[in-house]
Amino acid sequence: MIPVPEINLGGILPALILCIAGLVVMVAGLFIRKGAATAAALISLAAILIAFWANSPIRLMHKPAFEGLISLDAYTWFFNLLILIATGLTALMSVRYLSDEGLDLYEYFVLLLFSGAGMMFMVSGNHILVIFVGLETLSISIYVLTGILPGNLKSSEAAMKYLILGAFSSGIFLYGAALLYGAAGSLSLPVLAKYFQAPAVDRMGMVGMGLLLAGFGFKVAAVPFHMWTPDVYEGAPSPLTGFMSVGVKAAAFAAFIRVFFEGLSAFQVNWGQILWVLAVLTMILGNLAALAQENIKRMLAYSSIAHAGYILVGMVAGKEAGTSGVLYYLLAYTFTNLGAFAVVALVGRRGEANVLIDDYRGLAKVHPMLALAMSIFLFSLAGIPPTAGFMGKFTIFSAAINSGYIWLVIIGVLTSAASVFYYFRVVMKMYMETPETTPERLQFSPLTILALSITVTAVLYIGIFPSTYLNLATESVKPLF
Amino acid sequence: MENVSFPYLSFITFIPLVGVALLLFLNRHSHELLRRVALVFMLVDFLASLIVYFLFDPSTAAMQLLENHPWVREWGISYKMGIDGISLFLVLLTTLLGPILVLASWKDIKVRVKEFLICLLFLQTGMIGVFVSLDLFLFYVFWEIMLIPMYLLIGVWGNPARKLYAAIKFVLYTIVGSLLMLVAILALYFMAGSAEGVYTFDLLKLYDFPVPIYAQFWMFLAFFLAFAIKVPMFPFHTWLPDAHTEAPTVGSVVLAAVLLKMGTYGFIRFAIPLFPNAAMDAAWWICLLSVIGIIYGAWVAMVQTDVKRLVAFSSVSHLGFVMLGMFAMNVQGLEGSVIQMINHGLSTGALFLIVGMIYERRHTRMISEFGGISKVMPLFAVFFMIFTLSSIGLPGLNGFVGEFLILIGSFKVYPWYTVFAASGVIFAAVYMLWMFQRVMFGEVTNPKNLGLKDLSTREVVVLFPILVFVVWIGVYPNTFLRPMEPSIKNFIQHVEKKRGAVLDMEKTRKQSNRDGSEIMLTLSVLPQGR
Repeated sequence: MIPVPEINLGGILPALILCIAGLVVMVAGLFIRKGAATAAALISLAAILIAFWANSPIRLMHKPAFEGLISLDAYTWFFNLLILIATGLTALMSVRYLSDEGLDLYEYFVLLLFSGAGMMFMVSGNHILVIFVGLETLSISIYVLTGILPGNLKSSEAAMKYLILGAFSSGIFLYGAALLYGAAGSLSLPVLAKYFQAPAVDRMGMVGMGLLLAGFGFKVAAVPFHMWTPDVYEGAPSPLTGFMSVGVKAAAFAAFIRVFFEGLSAFQVNWGQILWVLAVLTMILGNLAALAQENIKRMLAYSSIAHAGYILVGMVAGKEAGTSGVLYYLLAYTFTNLGAFAVVALVGRRGEANVLIDDYRGLAKVHPMLALAMSIFLFSLAGIPPTAGFMGKFTIFSAAINSGYIWLVIIGVLTSAASVFYYFRVVMKMYMETPETTPERLQFSPLTILALSITVTAVLYIGIFPSTYLNLATESVKPLF
Repeated sequence: MENVSFPYLSFITFIPLVGVALLLFLNRHSHELLRRVALVFMLVDFLASLIVYFLFDPSTAAMQLLENHPWVREWGISYKMGIDGISLFLVLLTTLLGPILVLASWKDIKVRVKEFLICLLFLQTGMIGVFVSLDLFLFYVFWEIMLIPMYLLIGVWGNPARKLYAAIKFVLYTIVGSLLMLVAILALYFMAGSAEGVYTFDLLKLYDFPVPIYAQFWMFLAFFLAFAIKVPMFPFHTWLPDAHTEAPTVGSVVLAAVLLKMGTYGFIRFAIPLFPNAAMDAAWWICLLSVIGIIYGAWVAMVQTDVKRLVAFSSVSHLGFVMLGMFAMNVQGLEGSVIQMINHGLSTGALFLIVGMIYERRHTRMISEFGGISKVMPLFAVFFMIFTLSSIGLPGLNGFVGEFLILIGSFKVYPWYTVFAASGVIFAAVYMLWMFQRVMFGEVTNPKNLGLKDLSTREVVVLFPILVFVVWIGVYPNTFLRPMEPSIKNFIQHVEKKRGAVLDMEKTRKQSNRDGSEIMLTLSVLPQGR
């Protein structure tokens, strides 16, 4: 008799809610003639709020579900939360963006919800195949979203590039998974952990580990797997770029950490060294390339590469301190970068006509509050206290010093000193230069204002009173160790 | 807990921030109202700091008016503030300059008045915060926060030609130093934490932790870079003339009077007491750099054609004295050093104000454009003369007291350096008096200078309080020296004691190493990576 697998829908309820809402939007969109996008956004937001509620019990669970395919623990809870925040904020700022572009696309929200669900499976996956399925669900949605602007060549080009390179990296990822399976006979993380014992000299396993690392490196945009990032970030619709830079990155890092710390911790000596090199390359290249950018989306793309480097420092540092630093950093980065992209989307106007750094000249005169918000985001990205970004860097760097990686940290702080130049350049344009022609005033929508005020408040609050969130991060990584 | 009944220090630190919050809600076009509100907050701040002065007990070296609240408990980060004889007067200097700055900018700043005042008040909070925080993390936060308003002050209201360059140069120089300092702070935190079992950023607790010598070297180097850039000491000074020249008057005044003091204060409060062995080993080199700074600053000042740049380079020279006195490491040298910080703040601040006043009238600062101004503006000439003399160090005015004490102090330790440093005093007389002569005396050669108006009441009000203190310190320095004496004696004692303790520790380590019975102590203290 075939055993009936244990089914625990409660554990995947948040992801299910997003999926169902996606289907509802898909059907409802057919019947709404006008304002389909707004309706879709409202349904999505409602679903996200419900998912918040459904997510909360997971925090106190500590068990595998679906025969060990996914694990429900505080770690999953934390990343679900992060993904919901990112999806929600993106939905908030997308409404304005789509109506600016004259698009009434409810499909946008369908895909957004599906990619959110994919991320949730990815972060809860306790089995490399589940992680892969989550990864693909999210990636395919994002490929389509990247190219969703009809008639926009840049957007289509970005989607095409992303699709091809993404498919390639998925292939590499799968190949790595296959090799691991060949070595250990299973792709379940606990089984892998049991099979590879501490001083492991398993060639096949090691190659598999390396290929997996490359696959994850692609998704988190670590150098040298970063080539797609600037083009895709530049071509994609701005709110979506924000979503990619935080949501996809957070989900990829979540799975990355879970697989490597839980399943492949036997190889820590090996992958630790590789990550050390990757972190250095990523920080240096990301920050130096960002210095030369004229387009703010490209600049933020390189900056997001650089931030992946800082996060890798946290992974190199390892242990609870390093990984919880990564969690805190991702939380801080989610609010900061989404806020920044909300401003970019707003200033960009119709057809993303104003995405050069020069277009920010004189913004402080026309919209002082918007310029102030953008400055706070940029200061947070640069790691100036008392913002969340500073605390994030502080936690990661302190963990790395505690693990003895002083040189890594010195490289980190020097590159982050260089980053001050390009972040402050935007501030300089906003406050210190005047444009040749006075631009028209921007139109704000209540939803955008809501998104901006949430992000600004969060960036400052998390930065000034970090205690609660640091504890949260520390608790959330406990299940891994 | 050891808290005082009323959080005076938090009050004086954050009252300007309350002003910022209020200003945000005022109409940006009613400039007069905005300025008045800012002035009121600065005055309240100053009066509150006077209360602090009267509450201050000058007979003890202990930190006073302590406030201590846990901030991030898990990490041993606390919100800890306190004040002693060394920081007391720096705080008072900052708060005294607050209202003066607002008054001085009254006519000078005409665009974006609201943002300007917000920056100024915000900066005030940051500066006071640096001087009163006794927690390394808190200190670092204030130290970095200050960068933003200063950056904006230079970049927005500066001289259009090169302001952007000057602003970003200032930020980059400062941030490279301070980020390396952050690494050292973290390394110290973990080293002390793993050795003592208590992880804390509390400065007073870290004072007692003996850092192994080789680690001291690296940590001191990082702190040294951060502070030396801020001071600025000789090879790290190149941001200063640019920042000063391009900044608006008020920006230059804050920069000279308070911001540079953060560097010197940082040495006294953090770098030396935390790493006394490294500091004493480096003293010879630091004094050498100081002497080079003194002479180099003076020589370069001599050939300047722009009055403001001249005053800026004179700062490099004056700050050299401060550093020389500090690293003489005796009572006279240190007292002179601290009092010279105040003096430099007063007289150079005043000189920048004076330059600003003449610039407002003539829109140029070139020495060659002037001549015979004393005939047109007699009152202005009086103030200018007094501050020039105070900067040179004429007996009876404040500069003399500081430089004299510094030279006495350093002569005991480094007689040759002192000889060269003393020549700096002569050069100071040369460049300052020569400049003064060319600007103020002689016939009025440039017809544009004929119609210049003398100082207005507002401008007299701006300069007069500074004048009072210039004379007061010059005539009766004891008012200022007495409260700082216990703290300075305590400082020297602490440095000697800790230095001895570390040396003993190293000696036992060497012995046990020779016996081969123990693994290296230092290695076990440092956190181990792979």
